[in-house]
Amino acid sequence: MLELRGVSKVYGRALALHPTDLSIARGKTTALIGPSGCGKSTLLRIAVGLVIPTTGTVEFDGEQLGRENIRSIRLRTGYVIQKGGLFPHLTARVNVTLMARHLRWSTKRISERVDELTELVHLPTACLQRYPRQLSGGECQRVSIMRALFLDPDLLLMDEPLGALDPMIRFDLQEELRSICQKLEKTVILVTHDMAEASFFGDSIVLMFSGRIAQHGTMQDLVNRPANDFVKRFMRAQRGLHEWV
Amino acid sequence: MFCRVALILLFFAAHTLVCAAQPVRIATKRFTSNIVLGDIANLWLNQSGIETEHRPQLGDTRFLWEALLAGEIDIYPDYTGTLLRETLVRQELEPFELDSALASYGLRMSAPLGMNDSYILGMKEDRARELDVHTISDLNRYPDLRFGFSTQFMDRSDGWPTLRTTYSMPHTFVRGIDHDLAYVGIESGTIDVMDLYATDAEVEIYNMRPLEDDLGHFPEYQAVFIYRADLATRAPDVPALLDSLREAITVEVMRSLNFRVVEGRESESQVAAAFLSGEFELENPLVLEEVTMWDQLRQHTKEHVILVLFSLAAAILISIPLGIIAAKLPRLGSLILGIVGVIYTIPSLALLVFMIPLLGVGGPPAMVALFLYSLLPIVRNTHAGLIGIPQPLSESADAIGLSPMAKLLKVELPLAAQSIMAGVQTSAVINIGTATLGALIGAGGYGQPILTGIRLSDTGLILQGAVPAALLALVAQGVFSLVERVFIGEGLR
Ligand SMILES: Nc1ncnc2c1ncn2[C@@H]1O[C@H](COP(=O)(O)OP(=O)(O)O)[C@@H](O)[C@H]1O
Ligand SMILES: [Mg+2]
Repeated sequence: MLELRGVSKVYGRALALHPTDLSIARGKTTALIGPSGCGKSTLLRIAVGLVIPTTGTVEFDGEQLGRENIRSIRLRTGYVIQKGGLFPHLTARVNVTLMARHLRWSTKRISERVDELTELVHLPTACLQRYPRQLSGGECQRVSIMRALFLDPDLLLMDEPLGALDPMIRFDLQEELRSICQKLEKTVILVTHDMAEASFFGDSIVLMFSGRIAQHGTMQDLVNRPANDFVKRFMRAQRGLHEWV
Repeated sequence: MFCRVALILLFFAAHTLVCAAQPVRIATKRFTSNIVLGDIANLWLNQSGIETEHRPQLGDTRFLWEALLAGEIDIYPDYTGTLLRETLVRQELEPFELDSALASYGLRMSAPLGMNDSYILGMKEDRARELDVHTISDLNRYPDLRFGFSTQFMDRSDGWPTLRTTYSMPHTFVRGIDHDLAYVGIESGTIDVMDLYATDAEVEIYNMRPLEDDLGHFPEYQAVFIYRADLATRAPDVPALLDSLREAITVEVMRSLNFRVVEGRESESQVAAAFLSGEFELENPLVLEEVTMWDQLRQHTKEHVILVLFSLAAAILISIPLGIIAAKLPRLGSLILGIVGVIYTIPSLALLVFMIPLLGVGGPPAMVALFLYSLLPIVRNTHAGLIGIPQPLSESADAIGLSPMAKLLKVELPLAAQSIMAGVQTSAVINIGTATLGALIGAGGYGQPILTGIRLSDTGLILQGAVPAALLALVAQGVFSLVERVFIGEGLR
C-alpha cells in the first residue's frame, strides 16, 4: 500500500530522519512508536506529502508521490493529528464536510455520509452544530476522525490522535478507535508514544529511535527478539507490558 | 469638402467643450490679504461673465509658483519684491526686467494694484516705547530680544538671512514660527519682535509698532496678479480686466479690508464684493451666495469622506493581496513590508507635497498620499494574521486536500480576518486624521476650517474642523465593530 524508499529529512543542519525504508501492508494497522523527537511525525508527514523528503521516494498504491498527484493522493488519505486540528471558525459539521463540498458532492450524499460517520464514531448529533471551542477534547477527536474518514480514504494516518485526552476518555476512545479500524479494514498508521496503545492497535509495530527505525515487527518480535540494545531497553522501560503480551 | 467642414465644426465643438470645462483657476497664499485679493479677482472676472474658480490658501509662494508653471492654476496674487528677491533671485534682475523674465516662463504680470505690501518688523507698542525702539537699527541695542519670524521669512533670501547681515544684528534667539501663531506669541510675550506685512490688520488689532527700515533693506513689494500668458487666448478678456484694477487698492484700503475679515468676522469674498461695489459702477450687482456654517460643514464632510473612502478602499484592495503575497513568499514579503514601512515613515506633510509634481493639487494627489499612508497597517496585519495561523491548522487544510486557493479562502483568510480587520480599522482612523492635512494642497475637507481658524486665530473655526474629524473617526470605529460582528464568525469570538 505504502512504500517509503530511502526517505530522509534534513532540517537546517539537523538530520530529523535518516534514510529509511518502510513498507506498509494493505489493510493492516501499523503503530509507530518511539521517544519524543525521534522522527515519527516527520515520517508521517512525508507519507502524506506535507513534508518533501530530502532524499528518497514515496510510493502510494503503486504511484510515486509527486507534485502532480499529491492532491488526488491526499483525497485518498485521511489524516488526524493531536488535538484534532479542527478549524475554529467552522462548525463541526462544516469541518467534516468541507472537502466534500469543495468537491461538489450532492447535499444528499453529504448528509447521508455525515449520518453514517456520526454513528460510527458515536458522536452526539447535537455536537455537529457546535464550534470546536464548544466541544470537549474527546468530541473534537471524534469529529476529527469523521473528517479524516469522510471521503472514504484507503489510508488513514493518525499522529497521536489520543495524546491530549484524559486517561478515562482515552481508554474508551482506544476501544472505539480499534473497533472502527477493524470494521473499516483500512490501512492505518498510528503514531503513539505509549507501547500499550501500540500493541493494542498495531498488527505490527515500528519502533523508532533518533531518526531511524530500530525495529519493525510484531509485539512478540520486539519482546522476544529485540534487534539491538535500544529496543531491549525501550521495551523494559514500558511498565505493565506483560499484560499485553 | 463636406468632410472637412464637418471636421472643422467638430474641432470647434470640441474646443468649446474643452474651454467650457476649464474655468480660470485662481489660487492664493495662506494669508488674509492675499486671499482677499484672490476673491477680488475672482468676483471681478466673474461679473464680466468669465467662469472662475478660487482655491483660497492653497500654499505658499514657492508652491503657487510651481503650480502656475505646471498649469495647475492660472492666476495668483504676488509681490514684485518677492519675485525679484526670492522666486527669481538667482537671475539678479532689476525691477524693469521683471516683465521679460516672466515672459520667458510663459507668464505675465498685471498692472500694479496700488499697494506696497512690504515686510516690516514690528514690536508691541508699549514694549517699543519702553525700550525706545523706532527703527530696525535700534534693535541692536538689545541683543537679548527674542525674534519670532514666519518660517518663510526665515528662509527667504530677502528675509532674515540678508536682513541680519544688512543690519549686523547680534540677536541669538531667532525662531521660525507660523505667521499667524507669531501674533499669539507676541501677545503672550514669549517673543518680542516679529515680521509683519504692511497690510496686516493685526498691526492695529494687536497694537503693533512697525519699525522703520532705516537702512532700506526691503525692496518694493508691489502687489500684482501673475498669470499664465496662455490665458490671453483661452480667456482673452482677463488681462484687461486685471489691469483695470490698477492702483485701486492702496495699503490703507487693503488694511481696512483685512480688518473686516480678521476682526469683523466677514468672509473674504463678502469683503471683496463690498470693495468692488463701492469702487466701481458694476453692470451686474454682485450677488454672493449665503454660505451658512451648516453648508460649509456639509461641504467639508463630503470632501473629507470622499478623500477617506477612496483612499481607504484602494488601500484595502491593494494591501490585502500584498499582505497575502508577503506571507506566502517570505523573501518578496520582507521587501514588500520594507517598502510599505518606509512609505509610512515619510512625514505625511512631505508625502502630500511629493504628490504635487506628479498629480497637481486638489483631491487626487491627497487621495494617493492617503492611500500610500494607509497601506502599512493593513499589509502588516494581513501578513501577521496569516503567519500566525497555528501550524496544525494550516497542515490540516493541506492534508484534507484543499487546493492552495481553497485553503486561502476557506481557512486562512477567515482565521486571519480579525487581524486584517484590526489593520483596516487602524488605517481608517489614521486616514481620517491625516486627511485634515489634505487642505494644505487644496483637497478641502475638515482641514479647511482648521487652516482658516489658525490664520484668523479663531478657535471656533478650528473646532469646526477638529470636532467633526474626531466624530468621523468614532463613526468609523463603530462601523468597523459592526462589520467585524458580521465577518468574524461565532467560532472565533
Ligand atoms: N519544521 C521543522 N523544522 C526544524 N526541525 C524540525 C521541524 N519539524 C521537526 N523538526 C525536528 O525533527 C526532529 C523530529 O521531529 P518529529 O518528527 O516531530 O518527532 P516526533 O514526532 O517523533 O516527536 C526533532 O528533533 C524536531 O525538532
Ligand atoms: Mg510528533
